[in-house]
Amino acid sequence: MPQHGESDHRSAVDILIASDRVPANARPDLLTEDDIWALLEEVKDPEVPAVSVVELGIVRAVHWDGKELSIDVTPTYSGCPATELIEELITEALRAAGFRDPKINQVLSPAWTTDWITAEGKEKLRAFGIAPPEGSSSKMSLLGEPDVIACPHCGSKDTERVSEFGSTACKALYRCKECLEPFDYFKCI
Amino acid sequence: MTQAEALKEYLLRLADSDMILGQRLCELCGKAPALEEEMALMNVALDLVGQARNWYEYAAELIDDGRDADKLAFRRDAHNYRNLLLTEQPNEDYAVTMGRQFFFDVWHYFTLKSLTESSDERIAGIAAKALKEATYHLRRSSEWVKRLGDGTEESHKRMQDAVDILWRFTGELITPDDTDRALAEAGIGPDPDQLAKDWRGMVNEVLTQATLTPGAEDAWMYMGGKHGEHTEHLGFILAEMQFLQRAYPDATTW
Repeated sequence: MPQHGESDHRSAVDILIASDRVPANARPDLLTEDDIWALLEEVKDPEVPAVSVVELGIVRAVHWDGKELSIDVTPTYSGCPATELIEELITEALRAAGFRDPKINQVLSPAWTTDWITAEGKEKLRAFGIAPPEGSSSKMSLLGEPDVIACPHCGSKDTERVSEFGSTACKALYRCKECLEPFDYFKCI
Repeated sequence: MTQAEALKEYLLRLADSDMILGQRLCELCGKAPALEEEMALMNVALDLVGQARNWYEYAAELIDDGRDADKLAFRRDAHNYRNLLLTEQPNEDYAVTMGRQFFFDVWHYFTLKSLTESSDERIAGIAAKALKEATYHLRRSSEWVKRLGDGTEESHKRMQDAVDILWRFTGELITPDDTDRALAEAGIGPDPDQLAKDWRGMVNEVLTQATLTPGAEDAWMYMGGKHGEHTEHLGFILAEMQFLQRAYPDATTW
């Protein structure tokens, strides 16, 4: 599904083949939890390759006791089709670092919120052309007017919502009335 | 019925309603009235199918007879489906599609909101996730009901017709049975009286703003979806939805 950057897109078969390659000389026993977090920083979201799964707040915890590694991951949306691919990409990255049998636990509670996207992550979204979520998820109004969303291209606040839903479940579609560019808005949930 | 039985039953109701409405919406893929509407409908459908999977997975663990989420969704016949009758009604024109969505979304929103405080932690977790999504669905469908109801003469007429056609299926949303009551008493499911009050309150508020007239509270209502007694539409939905899994049972590669 061509959406954003194409370069990061690999088929499930490529990933399966790649995930079989665990380097023989790797020494994962020498790595710390911080090292593992740093590894995960390199795993990009397949739909939004500008940000990592850590910056998006999808990785909730790393459990590493020197022998067994498990990662807690939370989906952004119940039906997010990228969830499985993200888990595969994480597994692949960990195996490439020498972890033979990393476990991925899917946790639903507490539910993912856009408040967990790091400040750096939000800035990267903006630079990528996606307006980052505005405000706090707890203040989202049910039937009221939507927040004012600034255009990620020119910064103008004179924007209008085209559609409550955009190219993926996590985004809405907006248009800037100043520079006339359409843009995605990462919805606040 | 024991509480354990009631819980399995209730989980299937939640899952089946999400699944069937999701499937209905997917019928509009490639033929929605506008591109933005198509994206929105498919995103709503995707949320619903994802939520259905979460409910099915929990139900499968409790039922514990070897069936997984896929088998519950794709290998049960109509009389074993527990979805609300509203969710299986045909898309018809866009007023009906959005009216059906609105009546469902109000029910869904208040049900999930209550379930976030369920004494069953797994249910509370799934509901907290789903509630964020259902909030967006409700915002969108209520906007459409208002836009069409308070729009042109033609759109008003169509929206009022949709309310009148669908009204007979709404009683089931807020009429509890033994399962609903048992779970409410156990602190697992929503309080039926509160749910009915909340549903009526918001539906009346939005319909009033939309210059539409709701049906009578004591109107005759179709019931039975929660017990497997469906309208003729469900069989056709399942025939299409389950074809592949029935034709190639236990296939591991698609």
